[in-house]
Parts: sequence; structure tokens; C-alpha cells
Amino acid sequence: MSNLFLSMQNVSKRYTGVQALDQVDFEIRRGEVHCLAGENGSGKSTLIKIISGVVQPDDGSRIVVEDREITHQTSIESMRLGIEVIYQDLSLFPNMTVSQNIALNEIIENKSRLVVKKHEAEIAQAAMDRVGVDLPLKELVGDLSMGDQQLVAICRALTSDVRLLIMDEPTTALTRKEIQGLFRVVAELKSQGIASMFISHKLGEIFEIAERVTVLRDGKKVGTYPSSDLDDAKLSYLMTGQTVEYTPYDYERIEQQPLLEVRNLSKKNNFADVSFTLAPGEILGITGLLGSGRTELALSLFGMNRPDSGAVYLNGDRLPLASVGKSVRAGIGYVPENRLVQGLVMPQSVGRNIAVTTIRKLLAKLGFIDKDLYHENVAEWIDRLSVMVPSAQSPVQTLSGGNQQRVVLAKWMATAPKVLILDGPTVGIDVAAKSAIHTIIRDLAKSGVGVIIISDEVAEVHGTCNRALVMNRGRIKAEFAMASVSAHELQDAVQQVSA
Amino acid sequence: MRRLMQRHETYVFLAVVALTIVVTALNPNFLTMENFLDILKSCSFLGIMAIGVLVVLISGGVDISFTAVATVGQYVMAVVITRYTGNIALAFTIAIAIGLVLGLINAALIYFFNIPTIIVSIGTLNVFYGLLIVFSGGKWIYTLPDWFHKFAETRVFTLFNSNGIPYGLSIVTLIWIFVIVLAALILRYTVLGRSLYAVGGCGFDKGPAERAGINIFRVQVFVYTFMGFTAGVAGVVQALLVQTVAPNSIVGKELNVIAAVVLGGASLAGGAGTIVGTLLGVFLLAILSNGLTLMRVPSYWYDVVIGMVILTSVSASALQQRREQQRAIAVEEA
Repeated sequence: MSNLFLSMQNVSKRYTGVQALDQVDFEIRRGEVHCLAGENGSGKSTLIKIISGVVQPDDGSRIVVEDREITHQTSIESMRLGIEVIYQDLSLFPNMTVSQNIALNEIIENKSRLVVKKHEAEIAQAAMDRVGVDLPLKELVGDLSMGDQQLVAICRALTSDVRLLIMDEPTTALTRKEIQGLFRVVAELKSQGIASMFISHKLGEIFEIAERVTVLRDGKKVGTYPSSDLDDAKLSYLMTGQTVEYTPYDYERIEQQPLLEVRNLSKKNNFADVSFTLAPGEILGITGLLGSGRTELALSLFGMNRPDSGAVYLNGDRLPLASVGKSVRAGIGYVPENRLVQGLVMPQSVGRNIAVTTIRKLLAKLGFIDKDLYHENVAEWIDRLSVMVPSAQSPVQTLSGGNQQRVVLAKWMATAPKVLILDGPTVGIDVAAKSAIHTIIRDLAKSGVGVIIISDEVAEVHGTCNRALVMNRGRIKAEFAMASVSAHELQDAVQQVSA
Repeated sequence: MRRLMQRHETYVFLAVVALTIVVTALNPNFLTMENFLDILKSCSFLGIMAIGVLVVLISGGVDISFTAVATVGQYVMAVVITRYTGNIALAFTIAIAIGLVLGLINAALIYFFNIPTIIVSIGTLNVFYGLLIVFSGGKWIYTLPDWFHKFAETRVFTLFNSNGIPYGLSIVTLIWIFVIVLAALILRYTVLGRSLYAVGGCGFDKGPAERAGINIFRVQVFVYTFMGFTAGVAGVVQALLVQTVAPNSIVGKELNVIAAVVLGGASLAGGAGTIVGTLLGVFLLAILSNGLTLMRVPSYWYDVVIGMVILTSVSASALQQRREQQRAIAVEEA
């Protein structure tokens, strides 16, 4: 018996016109914690689909699981081999209890017709014992935190005899504490000889736990490395093939009058006593962990979350903060954290998405839309932000993440805002597209707009902003000028403040 | 206790109790065994369909065609037993068989064309009902057989009121109870029941349910044939209650039934709803209309009052949900 659980040789997959995977060799040892890294479109998901039996590889590929060669693999067959995948959406049922969720797969797999509550609870308890967690069995899954939901999904996967657990971007929605809980579980599984595999394009936490990292780029394997040999810069180079260097934002304060002034803003159960100023041309980062109050603060400035007390002044005029309409008219733009749900109308065209904020300026007589002006305007923005799109009529949902984010930016830049708030501007965007977005943001700031970036990626804040505030538990705990701290120092400060 | 106060059912129950107290204070005849059994009998018809609607709502669908299904089943049943002969078992068999077939049509349309369930059922409501009117010419059937009449009068047990007039638990109510028990067993103790909640709980994208190994088509077939089954039973029950069959007497009641089920806490978004809640919703509407009659409120006001109750209930639970969902951060004390 070799120490390999899974070994793949010469695995290729060609879709019409696209070589998704090109002669990739890949292996996972028993009980290993492995990370699969790569940008969007690098072939990560195709590889996972082949391992889990959802997609068949092309001829000439060889897959060996537990020393046996696999030929016609289906998803049920791969589950029997002990391979389970937890997708990013977790595939849980929020309206059902913890024990119902954990036991459902096993009950269906056993082809039973009746459900015995006691049996259900036993299955759930056994899985939780194995994972080493304790969750309330009768609680509805929808009422749990994201971290606990992740644990429920893991427990459900472990109701069968799992040898390899694959998790797609498990840490994106988790707080620091929850990530540590997840890592404890992974360590527990490892001690039982269960291998874990993370898929990620975010550089960070996963390194703490992965033993080896396999990097894919454009469907080819770049290599497999012990994670101790890698750092952020090196991994980012391996993933993109280019060095992305964060050059600090060289901001020079010209205007002495602040553009935006926030005074003692408070809202119960959201944030308290927040004060800061923003000068024209500044890029101010607000960082802190998930749940530190940073997003709530942004929503308040945009008029979506009315504060209890305090005031906000824009060029000396007090902002009403009562409605989005009033804030937009006053000159505030907001790019939300979740562009799929909040930032864009996905099935609608790129043109309509860009024009939606400025539609009133594009009207002809009688209030009809001036077609020529509309097309001119949309074309100008597509060109200015270099949105890669076959036509302005293409639905936004057909675009890549980076291009979608450009459309959201165009939509708000078109309103000619005085202050633009960006919440997680590069979440889920690959490294190359990230730096393009950062350039757009800097150019915007140089033209005199005040920019606020809300992000939990300290490297991003450090490389894009000239100043940063660190929030924790609803309060501003520290302020740094980027010129006088390193990214590491900033990271340490965030940890310290949040401890 | 905390869990009890979080449940929508608790509030509907309290509303039922409060309403009972008010109506009884105004008219002491309300809180009598006789009136209670009478309400149980008269709301059996809507109550049976409400159980079917509950199952549909849990699965994440909406069906409004069930009143047409009930009418078609009822009418064909009446034609057969008046023209030829028959017995009560045959009557139910005919109506239920028609219900199952029409339900299957709904399920097939919904699954194979992947059309929103409410649109499908608006279409089939009109087709089913339209065809019935075409073939029946809208004719009423008054002369139902004697055995049909006698069966409707059957009492499970008999009591006498102070005037010596007999009353009791009607066989019709017993049929309702049978449907309730059947649905409760399926929802609580079968894998099928679990699958229903799972399919309804995952919203528009059924991927999670499929990945859990649930056969979505089988679930849809069950949901809409069960709806058809309850509609068939309800069609016969309605004929038993009123002893005439009119093609236009059931269609139009679908929104009342859905309202009762939603009042009882079922969600139009799917995945949530209980038998107890549904029964409370049916009782609340029944007591309301019975109480208004006993209080001699002109019948024009019924719709207004019922509408207000539905709005109040639904907005109250929406408010509660919003409060629960509001982001809360433990802000550090100064």
C-alpha cells in the first residue's frame, strides 16, 4: 500500500474550443492537507469535477484511487470511494434543523422510506463526534452563523466513510475565529487519516494549514510546492506568471478643507462614536474583521442604515443620511460587497447597468430616453474602463468577475460622485484583474474624488490606500498612514486590535 | 418557552383564543359543543383542500387550479351516481381518480417545461374549468340519490341539546381528520416528507436537493397528485354538505384556502409550514365568519374583516422576521 490516496496522471479535458486541463499530474497523500490554487479559469473546478466524477476526463488520462485504477467514474462511484465535495454554497437546507440536514444524505442513500427521529439524531451526533464539534441538533440551520453552517456541511459529508474531503473556498465568508474552528476540525480529520483539499484563489489563511500547494495556470500544472516554501508574492507570481507589485499610493494633500467629515456617528448594535475626515483625492481604507461594523458604517454613509446620532458633512453641508436617493444626489456613490446580488442586474445588458444611475440625464423631450445619447454614453464608459465585452447589449451575467466589477464602477463613476465608497472592490477577482481595478480607483482619486475602500484584505488596503482606519466591535481602534507602516505591521495591528 | 414564543403558530393560537373570548362575550351560544361541532363540519371542505395546499407550499410551489380539479371530480362523480347507480365508495373513487390524473398533468407540465408553478396552475385552472362548463353546459344537478343524502347525515357519535335536538360529530369531519392524519404521517415520518421540506427550502436553484440524492420529479408528482387527491375528496365532501352540485360553486374559493394556509405560517417562498398551523389558520377564518354571523354583522363586511386579519398577520410575522435578520454587532462599551 502506497502512501497515496489519489494519483492522477496525464489528465486532460477539452471542451469545445477550450483546453480546460492539459496533461495534469496530481496526487494527494493519505491524510494530507492540500491546497489547489489558481486564478479563475485556471482549471481548478474542472479538476475537482473530474475527481468527484461529475465530468469525465479525455482519453489517455489515468486516475488511481487507493492503488486501483478507475475507469468509468461517476459521482456516485466517487462517493463510494470516499470522496466528498463541499461546494461554496454549502448545499444546506436553511429551513431544516441541524440533525435533519446532517442525516438527510445518509437516509436517502440507504433507500429508507421512514424517518425515525432518534435514528436521525444518532447519525448527526456520530458525525459531530467524529468532527469534534457540538452544535445544537434542533436549531434551524438558517439561524446558525456562516462558520457553524460550514461545520454542518462537513458533518454531513462525514456521515459516509470519507477519505478525502474537498472544500471550495471555505474561508471566504468566515470570521477569523470561525476559520480557526474550521482548522481545528481539519486537524482532527487528519489525525483520523482523512485528507482535506482546499480550493482557493485567495492568498492567506489556508497557508497556515496546507502542507502542500498545487498551482494551476491556464489548464496546466505549474507545480506542487511545500507551503513552507511559498509566500504571498511567490504564490501570486506562480498563479499569474507575472509579478504584481503594490506600489504605495503617492498622495499629496493639497486641499486643506476636508471633503467629508464624519462626527460622532453612532447606531445601536452597529457602531459607536465614529469620527474621521476624508480629503479630496484621498483613498481611505477601513479594515477590520467580518462583523467589525465596517459594512454597517458604509451603509449608513450611503443612506441605507440611518444612524441614531452624530452627523456627516460633505463640503461643509450636512448630509441627511435618510435615503439612498438623497445621498446619491448629494454626491455619494456606493459599490456594494456582493455585486451579484446588490451591485448589478445580472440578466440585463451591460449598457442598461451602466446607464441606470444617470438615466435622468439621458432623456430627450417628453421624457423619453435619447437613444443616441444613451449609446454614446455607454460606449464611452466601456472604453474608459476597458470593459471586455462583445457588445453593450450582452447580459452582465456573461462577463467575468473582473469585468463585472468594471461595470459596477462605471455605473457609479458615471454619477460623477464626490465620494465613492467601495466595499470589497476585488472580492472574487483574480490577481491580474485586481491590479487593473486598483489603477482605475487611483486614477479616480487623482481626479479629486474622495475614495473609501472597505476590505478585510490587509495587503489590498496597504497597497491601494494612503491612510487606513482599523475597526473592531463597532469602533475605530487605530489609524495609520500607509507611508509609515509596512503591510506586515498593519496586519499585526489588525490582529492585535481584534484579539 | 423561548422556542414557543418564536413560533408563528403560537400567535395564531392566541388570536383564535382571543377571538373566541370576544365572540362568546357577545353571544354565549358561540362556545357550545353544538356550535363547535357545526364549525368543524362546515369547514371540513376548505380544511381538506388546505392540507393539499400546505403540501404544495412546503415544496416551494403555488397551485390555484385545485378548485377546478375539485369541481371536475365532483361533477363527474355526480353525473355517474345520478345516471347509473353507485355507492359512497364509488363516489369517492371517481372523484379521487380524476383528482390524481389532473394533478399528474400539473406535475408533468411543471417538471418538463420548468414553468413557474403558479403560471401552470392559472392555465390548468382555466382549461379544466372551461372544459367542464363546455361539456356540462353549466347545468346544476339537484337530485342526488337518497343514499348520498343519508351518508351526509351520518354521525360518528350523537348528543342532544337542551331542546332535545340531536347533534354530533359528522362523518364529514371524520374524513377531514383522516386526510389530516395521512398528511401528518407523511410530513413527519417519511423520507418523502423530509424531501418535500428540502426541495422547498432550497428556493429556485434545486441543485442542493439534487446533490442530496432527491429525485425532484418524484417529489413533484407526489405534491401535485396529493393536491389532486385532496381536491377530489373535497369535491365529494362539498356535495355532501350542500346536496346539490353546481359547476360554479367551488371555483373562486382558491385564494381563501391559500390565505388560511399562509395565515397558519406556511411560506409562499417554500420550505416552511405545519399541519397545526394550517388547522389554526382554517379555524381562525371559520370562527371569524361564524362569529360575525352570530354577532349579526352584515355579510358584506366579511371580506373586509378577513382581508384585514390576513394583512395584520402576514405583516406582523414579516416584521418579526426582519427584526431577527437585522445585523447586530456587539459594540464595545465606551
